[in-house]
Amino acid sequence: MKIARSLAVVLLALVSLASLGAGWLWHSSYSDQDRESISAPPSARFPLGTDDLGRDRFARLLYGTRVSLLLAPAAALLSTLLAALVGGTAGYLGGRWEKMVTAGIDLFLSLPWLFLLLAVRALLPLNTSPVTSVLITFLLLGCLGWATPARVIRAGTRSLADADHVLQARACGISRTRLFWRHLVPNLRPILLAQFWVAVPVFILSEANLGLLGLGVSEPLPSWGSMLRELESYTAVQGNPWMVAPAILLVLVVISFQVVLRSEDRTPC
Amino acid sequence: MLPVLLGHLRRILVTLLIGGLAGATLVRLGPGFGVDGREMDGRLSRDSIEAIRAERASENNIGAFYLHYLAGLARGDLGFSRSLNRPVSELLKERLPLTLGSLAYGVLGGIGIGLGLALLAVWWGSPGWELIPGMLSGVCVALPSAVIALIFLWIGAPGRWAIALVVFPHVYRYAKNLLAASYRSPHVLGAQAKGLGSLRVLFAHVVLPAAPELAALAGISVTLAFGAAIPIEVICDTPGVGQLVWKAALDRDLPVLVNITVLIALMTMIVNSLADLALSTRRSTA
Repeated sequence: MKIARSLAVVLLALVSLASLGAGWLWHSSYSDQDRESISAPPSARFPLGTDDLGRDRFARLLYGTRVSLLLAPAAALLSTLLAALVGGTAGYLGGRWEKMVTAGIDLFLSLPWLFLLLAVRALLPLNTSPVTSVLITFLLLGCLGWATPARVIRAGTRSLADADHVLQARACGISRTRLFWRHLVPNLRPILLAQFWVAVPVFILSEANLGLLGLGVSEPLPSWGSMLRELESYTAVQGNPWMVAPAILLVLVVISFQVVLRSEDRTPC
Repeated sequence: MLPVLLGHLRRILVTLLIGGLAGATLVRLGPGFGVDGREMDGRLSRDSIEAIRAERASENNIGAFYLHYLAGLARGDLGFSRSLNRPVSELLKERLPLTLGSLAYGVLGGIGIGLGLALLAVWWGSPGWELIPGMLSGVCVALPSAVIALIFLWIGAPGRWAIALVVFPHVYRYAKNLLAASYRSPHVLGAQAKGLGSLRVLFAHVVLPAAPELAALAGISVTLAFGAAIPIEVICDTPGVGQLVWKAALDRDLPVLVNITVLIALMTMIVNSLADLALSTRRSTA
């Protein structure tokens, strides 16, 4: 398990560094078109060939990875913060408020969230600029993904609120605000961190699904989801098997996240 | 038992009311709401256009619109699709059987594969046997459902089995952990010490006591399967509800999107409630 964890961490670090340093690492940009090399096979200049518009697939993969790997954690952070606010308050206050929030969480969880995502996405303009589409996609993911972590955080806060040290602090006459910030929040940090890391691969996969359906990041900005759209043509994939590179990278990154998370779960406290 | 049942009914009703309110608000605030194509007809006089607007005036009040929407929902009127120019209920009648059929295959297949592999993993108990299904489930969880659908499309396999592949890893992980915990309990060790056959121990003393918890998997599986149905139906070109929702999202057809989402939330809640009832019945008898 230790070897697998180390490999996963190294892979995640390498992929993140390569995507962040795409501008220095690679000569062409994701939108540069080479009209002389349309649908070109792999070469030293284009390691993954070029697409129908003569764009370098390797450069697009590097920049697409940056979009997915930067914004999925941002969306995860947003959803964890929302969950902490809703679940933490419910668990801390208890009573009727907790019942209401729990019912709300159950309601939210019973909605297949891709349906909800599509419903809310349809409310927003579809002909937006690429950067806006990226922000909309990940903002929606962050805003709609709060329910599962909220349930865990509510339960965690509830058990912490009933813990001996909190009861003792209450008995000493500590104020509710101080109790919350000094005794609950620091103890909730591991739960919040775990929920954040669980959400990252979920959002990466959701973006990939949305992108493949044409409802994610818009062209010319690449993301893993939008790059997977090329795979829809089986004959093209048969002739150019290197087109599956984004899918392979996506699977490797998500598996790496899972391996890191599982090894964290098994680490004795 | 009755209070539990009433509690579930109350939750379903609240879901319908809140989901209805959210849906009505989305439809009301959605772009293009209140625009009637007839107003564009150059042959109509100003009075006729005013009459058309007056006809829809009641819809401008969100409270009245909500009540009107709920009354329609109670009558089975799910609104009108602007992009397909047909009632939503008619579209659902056409497409729902296909999706439900796919979901039944997918959920039963996913539960069957996941549970079967979990049983084998627990029964044989060797780490080597756990490795293959563990890796398979890890890869399936890491694949977006749309990519699973693409693979099925390439190999010419029916799309409904792609749903099974989305459901199976979640079932496998949950069932394996549950059954492994049950397998380690003292009564199982006692049964083994008494010399009972390993299969009898597995089914009578491990699977049977864990059956209600395993039934709870149905609720999770249905939610997962509904979510996976959209990309799978789109990629495999299956004319089901998932494909309808995708088309509605592209055409910004909110009445279709919102009503189907509310309907599916209700169906999921009913399945979840049935699973919860099975669990609470078991706990009360225990």
